[in-house]
Amino acid sequence: MNINFTMIAQAIAFAILIWFTVKFVWPPLLNAIEKRQKEISDGLAAAQEGKLSLEVAAKKNAETLNEVKQKGAEIVGQAEKRAAEIVEQAKNVAKDEGDRIIASAKSEIDQEVNRAKEELRGQISTLAIQGAEKILDKEIDKKVHADMLTKLAKDL
Amino acid sequence: MADSSYNSPSEYIGHHLSNNELHLDFLGEGSFMTLHLDSFVMAIILGILSMGLIWLVARKASAGVPTKTQAFVELIFGFIDDQVGNIFHGNRHSFIAPAALTVFIWVLMMNAMDFLPIDIMAKFYGMLGLYEWKAVPTSDVNTTFGLALGVWFLMIYFGIKVKGMGGWLHEIFCAPFGSSVWVWPANFLFNLIEYVSKPLSHSLRLFGNMYAGEVIFLLLGLWAATGVSGIIFGSILGAGWAIFHILIVVLQAYIFMMLTVVYLSMAHEGH
Repeated sequence: MNINFTMIAQAIAFAILIWFTVKFVWPPLLNAIEKRQKEISDGLAAAQEGKLSLEVAAKKNAETLNEVKQKGAEIVGQAEKRAAEIVEQAKNVAKDEGDRIIASAKSEIDQEVNRAKEELRGQISTLAIQGAEKILDKEIDKKVHADMLTKLAKDL
Repeated sequence: MADSSYNSPSEYIGHHLSNNELHLDFLGEGSFMTLHLDSFVMAIILGILSMGLIWLVARKASAGVPTKTQAFVELIFGFIDDQVGNIFHGNRHSFIAPAALTVFIWVLMMNAMDFLPIDIMAKFYGMLGLYEWKAVPTSDVNTTFGLALGVWFLMIYFGIKVKGMGGWLHEIFCAPFGSSVWVWPANFLFNLIEYVSKPLSHSLRLFGNMYAGEVIFLLLGLWAATGVSGIIFGSILGAGWAIFHILIVVLQAYIFMMLTVVYLSMAHEGH
């Protein structure tokens, strides 16, 4: 064990080895690792962002769904109301129509009754005249007794 | 002492603990101009192997889903990055963190050579014609001193770079006792001790642990050569020490790396 030139040779070898590491070994490793670290952190950030946007989308979806449901319910309600209205209207129309039909039938019946009465009146007056002719055995001057006859017919 | 060619235990241990020396006569005379070929070559091979493998992965590193190999490298990366980030609060990516990665991986690899069974490996090295070959570079004080020296220079470099030459000198003379001229010598002495003790404790801690670990393996190897009971106890204790050594190898690499980071971040901060 004695100090000799080996020491200097080793120191020089050491210096060269350090230079080699500083120059060629460390930088590529550092680059690769730092790049990967950045990629990972970017990826994590992107994942976080995606998660966030997914949440927002889900929220929006729920909102839209709610809105649609509400609208649907509104439409159904309106339709029901409208249907009720239509039914009511139809009822009214039908009632009116019925009333009208009934009224016209009534008036027709009245007319018919009047006509029949008139006819009957005419026939009765004729019969009365014929009866009176037979009783009197004599022609009644229709012209003379027209006034009386008309009065009679009216009374019938 | 599996090999009967050793005449005494001290020869066995001495052989296993001596380095393969190359005398650099062209640089000058003296014992300093010697290179421990085993420490140096093993350190270079391990450095190229470990950092090269990591580089091969880093070169094709993708930011997408990582392969298993890349995930493993990123595990080490993340560990070092965390540790450095806890201590140093500047731009660690430009120098200190990669330096810490280098220190940790390289020292870990060099320490891990201690797991290789010395006598079997000695046979293997012998086949390659290497009769003195110490495979653990960090159990050579030159290696740990070399590393600590590198950190020491970086410490001074960053101290001057961050605080400026004036600020750095000011700190050496005016901290920790104050800026009065009368305490300048005391301050200087204090800082001198600090600057000397840092690399010493830094390197000797690692060296001591690895060297001691090797010596214990050698002693167990000696025991195993004494007979049947020696083989049994030597194997069991050797296995136990090897398992414990897994902790020491990683722990010492970690401590060395942490101290490097602490020293360098201290150089960035004022007293």
